[in-house]
Amino acid sequence: MNWIDNVVRPKIRSFLNRREVEENLWVKCPESGEMVFYRDLEANQWVVPNSGYHMKIKAKDRLANFFDDGHYDTIALPAVPQDPLKFRDVKRYTDRLKENRTKTGMEDCVIVATGKLYDRPVTVAVQDFDFLGGSLGMAAGSAIVKGLETAVERKEPFVMFVASGGARMQEGILSLMQMPRTTVAVQRLKEAGLPYIVVITNPTTGGVTASYAMLGDIQIAEPGATIGFAGARVIEQTIREKLPKGFQTSEYLRDHGMVDMVVHRHNLRATIGSLVGILTKAAANDDIPASAPSRSLTMREVAVAAEGDGEDDLAADAPVAAHAE
Amino acid sequence: MQSYLDFEKPVAELEGKIAELKSLAQTDDAVSISDEVLRLQQRADDALKDIYRKLTPWQKTQVARHPQRPHFSDYCKAMVTEWTPLAGDRKFAEDPAIQAGFGRIDGRPVAILGQEKGNDTESRLKHNFGMARPEGYRKAVRLMEMADRFGLPVVSFVDTAGAYPGIGAEERGQAEAIARSTEKCLELGVPNIALVIGEGGSGGAIAIATANRVLMLEHAIYSVISPEPGAAILFRDAGRAQDMAAAQKITAQDLLSMGIIDAIIEEPIGGAHRKPDVVIAEAKKQIVDFVDNFGDGYGPLEIREHRREKFLAMGTALT
Repeated sequence: MNWIDNVVRPKIRSFLNRREVEENLWVKCPESGEMVFYRDLEANQWVVPNSGYHMKIKAKDRLANFFDDGHYDTIALPAVPQDPLKFRDVKRYTDRLKENRTKTGMEDCVIVATGKLYDRPVTVAVQDFDFLGGSLGMAAGSAIVKGLETAVERKEPFVMFVASGGARMQEGILSLMQMPRTTVAVQRLKEAGLPYIVVITNPTTGGVTASYAMLGDIQIAEPGATIGFAGARVIEQTIREKLPKGFQTSEYLRDHGMVDMVVHRHNLRATIGSLVGILTKAAANDDIPASAPSRSLTMREVAVAAEGDGEDDLAADAPVAAHAE
Repeated sequence: MQSYLDFEKPVAELEGKIAELKSLAQTDDAVSISDEVLRLQQRADDALKDIYRKLTPWQKTQVARHPQRPHFSDYCKAMVTEWTPLAGDRKFAEDPAIQAGFGRIDGRPVAILGQEKGNDTESRLKHNFGMARPEGYRKAVRLMEMADRFGLPVVSFVDTAGAYPGIGAEERGQAEAIARSTEKCLELGVPNIALVIGEGGSGGAIAIATANRVLMLEHAIYSVISPEPGAAILFRDAGRAQDMAAAQKITAQDLLSMGIIDAIIEEPIGGAHRKPDVVIAEAKKQIVDFVDNFGDGYGPLEIREHRREKFLAMGTALT
C-alpha cells in the first residue's frame, strides 16, 4: 500500500476537480424530477432520456451537434458600444456583463458559425440563454445582422437558433432598435433568394419573438419550449384570469398556426438538412432519410437512434396533419 | 376643467385663486380685480415655466400620459380633411386601438396610421386604451401595402403603452403581427414619417414607427419597457419607476442625442394639453414639409434603402 498514491493523490485530485464537478454531476429533470447523470445528458444532446424534456443546451454544444462531424468555423463579430446608457439598477450593467462573460466564456449571447449540414454549406447563429437571459442588445443584434450578411455573402441558407427573454433593458431604446435592425438583415437574405430557418428553443419571449424569431420562411420549435410575446404573469395580471393549459408552449403555438412544426432536438439536423436541400434545389443526399416514420418513437428509442430518422413531434402524440383541418 | 399633475401643485393653487377672484368679481361689480389677477397670472405662468424647464424623465412620463393630452383623434380632426378610416384586417376582426385610413393633409393625399387611447371611459374602452391586438397591426400592414401600391406617403401617430397582453392576442400571433408590421415599414417604397405624440411603448410602437423620419413631441417618451414594469424587473420594485425612467433614457432629448429620432416638436409651456392647437399646427407643418421635400429625386429603392441604412446604423457610433 502506497500512502501517497491512495490518499494524498486522490485528495489533491478531488480538490483540483471540485469546481468542475460541483452540482453538475447529477441533473434533475424539471419535468419528471428524475436525476440524470450529466454525461448521459451530454451524450443525448441535453434531452432527458426518459421524459424527453429538452433542457437548455450551450451554444457551442448546439453547434457541435448540428454541423457535420461537429466541424464549424466561428465568424468574428463586430465590436459594439459596451454600456451606452451607463446603466445601473441594483448592479452596474458593466458588472453584469463581466460576470456573464466569466460564467459563460462568451463575449455576448450570440455565436455565428459556418459549416456543412449534410455536405451543404449553411450559416448558423445560436443565441445562448445562459448569457444574461439571451437578451437582445447591440451585441446580439449586430451579431445576428452579421450572421445574415455572412449568409448573403456566401450565398448560403441561414439557420437561427433562438433563445431569449427579450430585449436587453439595460440598453434601453437601443435594444428596441435591434428589432428593425435584424429585420432589415432578414429582408436582405430573403431578397437574395436564400432560405431563413428559425428554430425557437426554450424560452423565447418579448421583443425577440416580435422580430427575427417570427420572420422565418420555416418556423420550427423544440418540444415544450415557452414561446410568447407578453409574459404569462403580465397577461394574468391584466386579464385577471387563469391561463389555459399549455399556454405559450411550442405545441400550443403549432396548434394556433404560429409555427410550422415541433421537432425533437435529435431530428433537427435531418429536418433542416432536408428543407435546406429542397429549398436550394440541391441534389438529394442519400444520408437524409427519405420518409419520416409514421409512428411515434419512445424517448428511449429516439435516444438510441440518435439522429437521422426524420421523426418529428414526439412530445405531443398527435400527428401534425391532424391540425391541418 | 384643467387637471393637474402632482408636481404642478403650485400652479394649481395660483390658478385656483385666479378662478376664485374672477367668480367673485362676477357677483360683485364693486370689486376691481384686474390688477390682482394679472399679478397672479404672471406668477402662475412663471411657476409653470420653471417647472416645465426642468421636468424629470418621470415627470415627462406623466405629461406624456396626461389624460387631457391631445390624442390621435385630435390631430386627425384638426389637420386631416377627407378622412376615410378603414376597418378590419380581413382575417379576424377590427381593432379600434389602431386607426388606419386615407385622407389629405393640407391637400396632399396620404395614408394615415394612428394609435388612439381615447379620452373618456367610453372611448378608452372602445380603443382598448390604445393597446392594439394583432388585428390592429395586420390592418396597418394592409394600409401600408395599399400606400405602397398607390404611391402615398405614410404618416404614423404613435401613442401606446404597448401591444395588448391577452390570451387571444397571443393565440392569434401578437409577436408575428408586430414583426410583420415592422417588416412592412422597412419594405415601403414610399416615404413614411412617424410622430411619437405621447407614449412610444416598445414593440407596440416600433411596429408603426420604423420610418424615414421619426419625430417626438418635447415631452413624449419612447422606451423598450414602461418605467413601472421595468423597475419591477431590474430594481425588483415597481415603486422605483422614477429611477427606471431616468436610467433608461426615454425622453425625446435623450433619443435625439443618441440619433434614434430625427427632431423634436416643441410643446407650449405646461405641455401639449394646454395649447393643443399650437402643437398640432407645428406637427402639421413638419408633416407637410416632409411630404413635399423628403428624398427629392429618390425612387422607391432609394427611399427604402434610406430607411434601412438609417436603422442599421443606429447606435453603432455610440461609445
